Amino acid sequence: MPEPLLEVHALDAGYGDFQALFGVSLTLAAGQVVAVIGANGAGKSTLLKSIAGLMPSRRDAVMFEGAAIGDVPAHRRVARGIALVPEGRRLFPSLTVEENLLIGGQLGRAGPWTLARIHELFPVLSERRAMPATSLSGGQQQMVAIGRALMSNPKLLLCDEISLGLAPIVVREIYARLPAIVGQGLSVVIVEQDIVQALAAAAQVYCLQEGRVALHGAASSLTREAISAAYFGV
Amino acid sequence: MEWLNIILQGILVGGLYAMFAAGLSLIFGVMRLVNIAHGDLIVLAAYVALVVTDTLGLNPLLSLVVVVPVMALIGYALQRLVLNRTLGDDLLPPLLVTFGLSVIIQNGLLELFTADSRKLQAGAIETASIHLGGGLAVGTLPLLQFAVAVAVIGGLQVLFYRTALGRAFRATSDDQPVAQLMGLDNRHVFALAMALSLAVVAIAGVFLAVRANFDPSIGPARLIFGFEAVIMGGLGSLWGTLAGGIILGVAQAIGAQLDPGWQLLAGHIAFLVVLALRPEGLFPKVQG
Amino acid sequence: MSVKVAHATPSSRIGVAVFVIGLLMLAAAPYWGDRQSLRLLAEIFAYVALASLWNLLAGYAGLVSVGQQAYVGFGAYLLFALTMLLDIPPLAAIPLAGLAAAIVAVPVAALIFRLRGHYFAIGTWVVAEVFRLLAAQVSVLGGGSGISLPISIITAIAPTRQWREFIIYWVALALVVAILLLIVWLLRSRYGLALTAIRDNELAARSNGIDVRRIKLAIYVGVAFGTAMIGALIFLQKIRISPDTAFSVNDWTAFVIFITVIGGIGRVEGPIIGTVVFFLLRQTLADLGSLYLLMLGAVAIVVMLKAPKGIWGLIAEKFGWQMFPLERRLTTLV
Repeated sequence: MPEPLLEVHALDAGYGDFQALFGVSLTLAAGQVVAVIGANGAGKSTLLKSIAGLMPSRRDAVMFEGAAIGDVPAHRRVARGIALVPEGRRLFPSLTVEENLLIGGQLGRAGPWTLARIHELFPVLSERRAMPATSLSGGQQQMVAIGRALMSNPKLLLCDEISLGLAPIVVREIYARLPAIVGQGLSVVIVEQDIVQALAAAAQVYCLQEGRVALHGAASSLTREAISAAYFGV
Repeated sequence: MEWLNIILQGILVGGLYAMFAAGLSLIFGVMRLVNIAHGDLIVLAAYVALVVTDTLGLNPLLSLVVVVPVMALIGYALQRLVLNRTLGDDLLPPLLVTFGLSVIIQNGLLELFTADSRKLQAGAIETASIHLGGGLAVGTLPLLQFAVAVAVIGGLQVLFYRTALGRAFRATSDDQPVAQLMGLDNRHVFALAMALSLAVVAIAGVFLAVRANFDPSIGPARLIFGFEAVIMGGLGSLWGTLAGGIILGVAQAIGAQLDPGWQLLAGHIAFLVVLALRPEGLFPKVQG
Repeated sequence: MSVKVAHATPSSRIGVAVFVIGLLMLAAAPYWGDRQSLRLLAEIFAYVALASLWNLLAGYAGLVSVGQQAYVGFGAYLLFALTMLLDIPPLAAIPLAGLAAAIVAVPVAALIFRLRGHYFAIGTWVVAEVFRLLAAQVSVLGGGSGISLPISIITAIAPTRQWREFIIYWVALALVVAILLLIVWLLRSRYGLALTAIRDNELAARSNGIDVRRIKLAIYVGVAFGTAMIGALIFLQKIRISPDTAFSVNDWTAFVIFITVIGGIGRVEGPIIGTVVFFLLRQTLADLGSLYLLMLGAVAIVVMLKAPKGIWGLIAEKFGWQMFPLERRLTTLV
C-alpha cells in the first residue's frame, strides 16, 4: 500500500491558554479528497493552519511524504508543496488580481498551473486582472484565492471554508471546478460548514467536535444520523 | 529675478531632502516602523564615504560604489539581528530601540572622529554652474543631486510596483502570515527593505557630505527634514515625498533670504501649517 | 450587599511606610547633608519627577513623546522672563511658568494629535525644535548664546546663600512629592482605570464610552504643566540659561527615557528605581564622556529587547510587590 501523502498524528494545538485540538489524527492518500466538517469552533481551521505551518506543532505531528515537518516554518512548507487557501480569502489589498496570482507563483515551483491555466479555470478573472483584488465580489475573490494557492503548484491543497459568506449558486460554481483541480493530480483537504457540498466533493470525511475527531469514514458509508451525532455531539 | 534664483535653489535642495525622506517612507510603508536613527545613519554613511575617500583616494561621488553596498549590508544585519525583534503592535520597542541606536551612532562617531566639522571635496563640479539665461544660474552639483533624487524615487516606484520584490514588500506589509503562505520569509523581506532603505541613505549621505559640513551631531536634524517631507507629501506616496521635500527646501530658502536665522524655523513653520490645514498631506495614499 | 474597591496590598503597606520614612529623612537633609549632596539630591528629585511625568504620558496614556524638552525649556525661559522682565518673585514664577506651559500645550496638542504613533513622536521633536529656535530669537533673554539670572533676583529668594540652597532644595522635594502623589491619586481614581483601559485597548475603551481624546489631552496638558515647573526649578538652580541647554534632547529626553525604560515603564515605581540606577551609573562612569552615553544607549536597547518591563517590572512580576497602593480589589460588605 503506497505511503500516505499526509499524515497528521495525535496533533495538539492551541492559542495561549486555550487548547483547540486534542490528539487529532488524519490520513490522506495522494490524489484523494478529504473533507473535514464540524461546528464553529470545532478546530477545523486550526487543523489546516497546523498543517500549513502557521501554528506550531510537535515535529512528528505532521508528516508529509513520509517526512516529519512539524518544525518546518510555514514559508518552507510551500516549497515542499503544501498550499493553503485561508479562511476569509485574505487576498492582499495592495495588490491587483493579477499580482495576487503572480505572488502565489513566487517560488516558481514546476507544474501544470500557470497564469493562463488559472484564467482558463476562472475566466471571469482575466477580465478583472488589473483591478485591486479586494474590489471584487466575494465569489470572485474566492476564485482568486484558490488560483493564488494553485499558482504554487502544490501537491496538497488545503481549502478553509471556501463557501463562507457566498451565495449557494456561487458555491456550486466554485465546487464545479474541483474535479478539474483534482484531475491534475492534486490532493485536497476541504474544511466546510456546508455538509452537503463536503460529502458530495470528498471521498473521506472527518468530523471534528470540540477539538477531537468524533467520526471518520468513507463519505458514502456515513449515515445522516451518525454525522448529526458527531457534528453536534449529541 | 533674485527671488526666482532663491526658489530654484530651494527646489534643488528639496531633492536632497526627498532622498532623506525616501528611505524613511519606504520602511514605514513596508513594516510600519519609523527609524529614529535614520538621520544618524545618513551621517554614518557620510563618514563611511570619508573613510573610503581617504583610504582609496577616490572622488567622493565615486565612493558610492563602496558606500552603498556597505550601508545596505549594515541595514540587512541591523534589521535581521535587532529590529526584527521589535516589530509588533506595541510601538514603544521599535521607537526606543531606534532611539537608543541613534544615541549609540552619534556617540560612536564622536569617539571615532571627534566633533570636528568635515566636508568631502568633489572637485571642480562643486563650483561649476549652468546658466539658464535671464540671469538664472544653477550649480551643477545641486542639479545633479536633484536629478539623482528623482531617479532614486522613480527607481523605487518601479521596484515597488513592477517587480516581484516590490510585490513581496507590499504583500508582507499587507498580511504577514498569508505572505508566509506564498513562500516569503518575513524576516528576510523586512531585512531586504531595510537594506534598500540604507542604500538610499548611502546616496543621501554622500551627497550631504559633498554639499555641506557635517559632524556627528547633525543626524537628528536630517531625520526631522525627512520626516517633514514625508508628512507634507502624504504618507505612502513616494512622489508626494518629493513634493514635500521641495516645499521644505523652498520654505527654508525663502526664510533664509528674509533673515539667515529664520532658515530652519521657516521650514518647521511650513510643516506645521500643512499639518494644521491638510494633515493627511498633499498626496496621501495611506491612512497612516 | 455592597461592593467596595480596596487598593492596598501587604507589600504596598510596607512601601508606603518606607516612602514616608524616606521622605522625613530627605526633608531633614539640609541638617545632615552638605551643599553638594543637596544639589545632587535636588537633581535626582528633578529626574524622578520628569521621568514620572514622561511615564504617565507614554507608559499610561500611550503618548510617546521625544519632545518633552520643549516644556523643560519653555518653563525655564518663562521663569527667566517673569523674574527679569516682570519682577515676579522667582518662587511664584515657578507655578506661573507651569500654567503658561499648560496653556501653550493646548494648541500644540491640537496640531500634533493629528499624527499617530511614531510620527507623533517625531512631531513632538519638531515642536521642541521650534521652541528652541524661537527662544534663540528672543534677544532680551540672551538670544542664541543665553543669559544669566541677575544676582538681585537670586538674593530675593532668601538673605543668605545657605537658606537659598535650603529653600530651593525643599521646593524641589515638595514638587516631586506633589507630582508623585498626584500621579498615584490619578491612577487610583476612575481616570486611572480609564487610562489602563486606553493603554490596553484603545478601541475597546472608546466603545465603552471613555472619551479617549479628552483624557489624552488632559494628560498631555497636565504633564506639560509639571514638566515646565521642573524646568523652571532646574534653571533657577543653574542660574544660567541658553537655548541649547534648556532644550537639550540628551539631558531632558534621552536620559529621562532611559531612566523610565530601565526602571520599568508603565509602573509608578519604575522612574524611581530607574533614576537611582541612572545616578549610580553616572557617579561611577561619567568620566567616560561619550562612551558613557554610548553604553547607556546600548543598555536601553538590551533592556527593551530582553526585559521590556524594566527592573521593577521584573520584580513586580516575580514577587507581586507594589510600592504604592494601586491595586484594585473588589470586596463585598455584607
